[in-house]
Amino acid sequence: MRYLPLTTEDRRAMMAKIGVSEIDALFRDVPDGAIAPLSAFNLPDTQGELEVDRALSRLAAKNIAAGSAPTFCGAGAYKHHVPSAVDHLIQRSEFLTSYTPYQPEIAQGTLQYLFEFQTQVALLTGMEVANASLYDGSTATAEAVLMAQRVTRRSKAILSGGLHPHYAETVETVAGLFGEMKRVPVSPGSAEDLIALIDEETACVVVQSPDVYGLIRNLRPIADAAHAKGALLIAVVTEIVSLGLLESPGAQGADIVAAEGQSIGNGLNFGGPYVGLFATREKFLRQMPGRLTGETVDAEGRRGFVLTLSTREQHIRREKATSNICTNSGLCTLAFTIHMTLLGEEGLSRLARLNHAKAVTLAALLGKLDGVQVLTPAFFNEFSLKLSRPAAAVVNALAAKGILAGVPASRLGGADDLLIVAVTETATDEDMAALAAALKEMLS
Amino acid sequence: MSLNNQGRSTGAGSAEMASTPTTISGDRGLDHEEKLIFELGHGAVGVDLPDVKVADDRLGGMRRKGAVGLPGLSEPETIRHYVRLSRNNYAIDSGLYPLGSCTMKHNPRLNEKMARLPGFGDLHPLAPASATQGALGLISELMKWLTTLTGMPAVAMSPKAGAHGELCGLLAIRAALEARGEGHRKRILVPESAHGTNPATAAFAGFTVDEVPAKPDGHVDADALEAKLGPDVAAIMLTNPNTCGLFEPRVKEMADAVHKAGGYFYCDGANFNAIAGKVRPGDLGIDAMHINLHKTFSTPHGGGGPGAGPVVLSERLAAFAPLPLLVHDAKGFRLVETRAEAPEGAQPFGRMCAFHGQMGMFTRALSYMLSHGRDGVRQASEDAVLSANYILASLKDVMSAPFGDGPCMHEALFDDSFLEGSGVTTLDFAKAMIDEGYHPMTMYFPLVVHGAMLIEPTESESKESLDRFIHVLRSLALEARAGQTARFEGAPHYAPRRRLDETLAARKPVLRWKPDVLKEAAE
Amino acid sequence: MSETRYTDQHEWVRLDGDSATVGITRFAAEQLGDVVYVELPPAGKAVKAGGEAAVVESVKAASEVYAPVGGEVTGANDVLTTEPSKVNDDPEGEGWFFKLKLADTGEFAKLMDAAAYAAFTKDH
Repeated sequence: MRYLPLTTEDRRAMMAKIGVSEIDALFRDVPDGAIAPLSAFNLPDTQGELEVDRALSRLAAKNIAAGSAPTFCGAGAYKHHVPSAVDHLIQRSEFLTSYTPYQPEIAQGTLQYLFEFQTQVALLTGMEVANASLYDGSTATAEAVLMAQRVTRRSKAILSGGLHPHYAETVETVAGLFGEMKRVPVSPGSAEDLIALIDEETACVVVQSPDVYGLIRNLRPIADAAHAKGALLIAVVTEIVSLGLLESPGAQGADIVAAEGQSIGNGLNFGGPYVGLFATREKFLRQMPGRLTGETVDAEGRRGFVLTLSTREQHIRREKATSNICTNSGLCTLAFTIHMTLLGEEGLSRLARLNHAKAVTLAALLGKLDGVQVLTPAFFNEFSLKLSRPAAAVVNALAAKGILAGVPASRLGGADDLLIVAVTETATDEDMAALAAALKEMLS
Repeated sequence: MSLNNQGRSTGAGSAEMASTPTTISGDRGLDHEEKLIFELGHGAVGVDLPDVKVADDRLGGMRRKGAVGLPGLSEPETIRHYVRLSRNNYAIDSGLYPLGSCTMKHNPRLNEKMARLPGFGDLHPLAPASATQGALGLISELMKWLTTLTGMPAVAMSPKAGAHGELCGLLAIRAALEARGEGHRKRILVPESAHGTNPATAAFAGFTVDEVPAKPDGHVDADALEAKLGPDVAAIMLTNPNTCGLFEPRVKEMADAVHKAGGYFYCDGANFNAIAGKVRPGDLGIDAMHINLHKTFSTPHGGGGPGAGPVVLSERLAAFAPLPLLVHDAKGFRLVETRAEAPEGAQPFGRMCAFHGQMGMFTRALSYMLSHGRDGVRQASEDAVLSANYILASLKDVMSAPFGDGPCMHEALFDDSFLEGSGVTTLDFAKAMIDEGYHPMTMYFPLVVHGAMLIEPTESESKESLDRFIHVLRSLALEARAGQTARFEGAPHYAPRRRLDETLAARKPVLRWKPDVLKEAAE
Repeated sequence: MSETRYTDQHEWVRLDGDSATVGITRFAAEQLGDVVYVELPPAGKAVKAGGEAAVVESVKAASEVYAPVGGEVTGANDVLTTEPSKVNDDPEGEGWFFKLKLADTGEFAKLMDAAAYAAFTKDH
């Protein structure tokens, strides 16, 4: 119990000051019988650091870490190399253990990096303004739909079939309370016709690019069609590295961009914590959810930063807030901005090109195999394969051999014979050869 | 207009430069002024990546035409930039945070090591179940701790923060009502002392909010609450211990009343640190409660996040827990991710987010729980309550405590009556604390008390630390009351920045850096 | 001849014939602190007495502004969107919010006059 500094003598002295002789006197408002005896909790007693380390290490050893095996899993979370400096910096006490920057005079570190982050996100997405992050890409997408409903005063959303099914379900769960969420089926490797579905009741169209099957979409025609009917285009990006090589959603006419930033600065972490990116046009500023950091001056005229436009938020607007959100992604946001700073323009471009080059190589390699058909004509670092056997069984068999072959579409409610394969800069030639050989063995 | 008495000065005022000699560099000793990366960056690359050419033909014509516009720094420059920034931040590691309702306890470093084990940190969420048994096993063990500590049968793990957990709980309630054919119940009773996320979340989930007043003794007016119950009430949302730092003595009675009226009881678990390991919310009749892992269970605040807000659920609500569900059978652990695969009786209301929850925070929280054990968790709660009462007893003669006659729980509430006539406001008092080396306490919350100051020391402070804190607050309070306002005027004087002009920031929002060309065009 | 009356929600309304100008009182503006943003109603919007017509925001607070009398909005003080400080500088003059064409002048007569409002705010 070494995190508890009070000694028995301390407790005695404190109780004397308060004027009680036992601790339960301070719990006098608790109803009779509601103070449970310790024995009521069927849990272990305190353990030392060594024991805890052993217990959790044993659990960790039962998992296949992405770095320990050829890994081709994507579908919304990507294994990238995070430079050592990032993790070192985010563990500095003043970043790790600081609170939300509500007292700006002693939180300029946090506020300045958030201002830098907001700028980086706006630049990447090609939009005018970005917030200080939301929980993740899926909740950012849901918030985008809610915002579009507020801005247009309409309630219907059209969700592309290429939108990650987890994202679509999140949107349905949250925004579906207020309007129809129309999910449009799509064939993997092709784009569905969304334009025909946009009408005067549509608040927004939600399109992911590259989509969950890996296909790169052209957003401009959809943006134009949406605007013609007074609707908004929400662009979703789950692999943020793609923006180092592909046209930004902002340049294609998107009104809101909801993205997952995990690929930059943040490890896979079995699904969380991640970092939601959210960017939009200046004219929609006051309808934006989440924290915003702004520039100002202090009493001596020096530049400084503060949280601003807080009246949108829950602690002031309460039931009229633009969202109920209270935290942002804090440390994950910091990791993103540090990694993006280390990359810079040239580094991001190289990273993106390397990812794409590897994906092109792997697609060519696998496309040659019997029983494998590459479905995706245009992709960044992820594409879909049609296999001659159920993909889930193939993935399980290959996992037993120590290869993480990809995500079967059936895991996300898609067809049984589809495998979604992602390749990043961390995949070696040996990894790719191993995957090809294992697939060849399984499918012949 | 709805008159708002929370208005308070948000300009910076103006001040003369502190009377120390100005330096050539603009820096002062270890205090370095740090520019923005956009002002520093000149196209360096801080990573090692080969320069590979790619053809256009697999990019669908969507290759980027222009530059992004990002600055880049080398590794040495990057480290210097962020280390300098970090030194402008207060942190728990450097000082006490008396923030009521935030539970700023120590963040154990073992937690960080455990979360970074490759088997957890480098694990893909959609890897096949056979490759993730250890991670699923960890989640299962954490679920056991949460359900056992709360005395509840089920827990939903996916919410990413407390407010997200509140939404999850309310959506479960909404689903349960619809399943009973009572979807017309749209009214939620919320105390006026509630944290802003409560009514915000209720509105977010499609309910209307009906406020219940507080009594002069700081407790929710249970009679008023019971009188407001009716066949259109979906739920009550209470915080217990409440936002005034008091345990609600009639909590069981209110639970029974809302159940009898056909509604549910949502409990905001922000203050669980007062009772964890000692009182089980399940024994009090609650139906759903979110637990802030970043409060009660020590996961780091990280400058604002990430958090995690798993929600424990009663028997009445367990069936409606969102996807994914964790199942354990003869084959091992696996996740149920679609409605089609859901076990008999499960009626998940949907999905709160992609993947399975904040695994990184689960590992840290479990590491904390295993380190403390059930006896340590109980001791931590008792120490938290003891420390808050020690502060209350030590200060209530010089500061005004509206509910100071009785004990508090893990946080002590003061108001600004003791400052009346002094010319010093709660805000000034708080800014003077910054000069003394302390982060201010929670201010102006809860709203039911004027100029509120809510102090939560947590169990992580030594008695020496508490005594030092008490001494400083006593001295500040006595000076203010004696009309010695010099310290307070224009405070803080010694922080990296003086008071900042929040009015300007809101009137003329500048939310990103712009290259000069764009800036001029905008003007 | 124009006359100004006050509501217990701290709005003022000045009547000229059947055209009314509405704003928030000096007392309310002082309580609010520096105004940073206002949301004004569009022309043509119908409002009832006591209904929400506008929003005024300071850094730390957001307050609804209610219509003192019922009618149709004929215009709003658009300069407030770029210069919200006018509400603090001259709340009962240049800081006006919107104009209404009255539906029922009887509603105006029911409001407090300057003396009654002064007494009302003394108790606050």
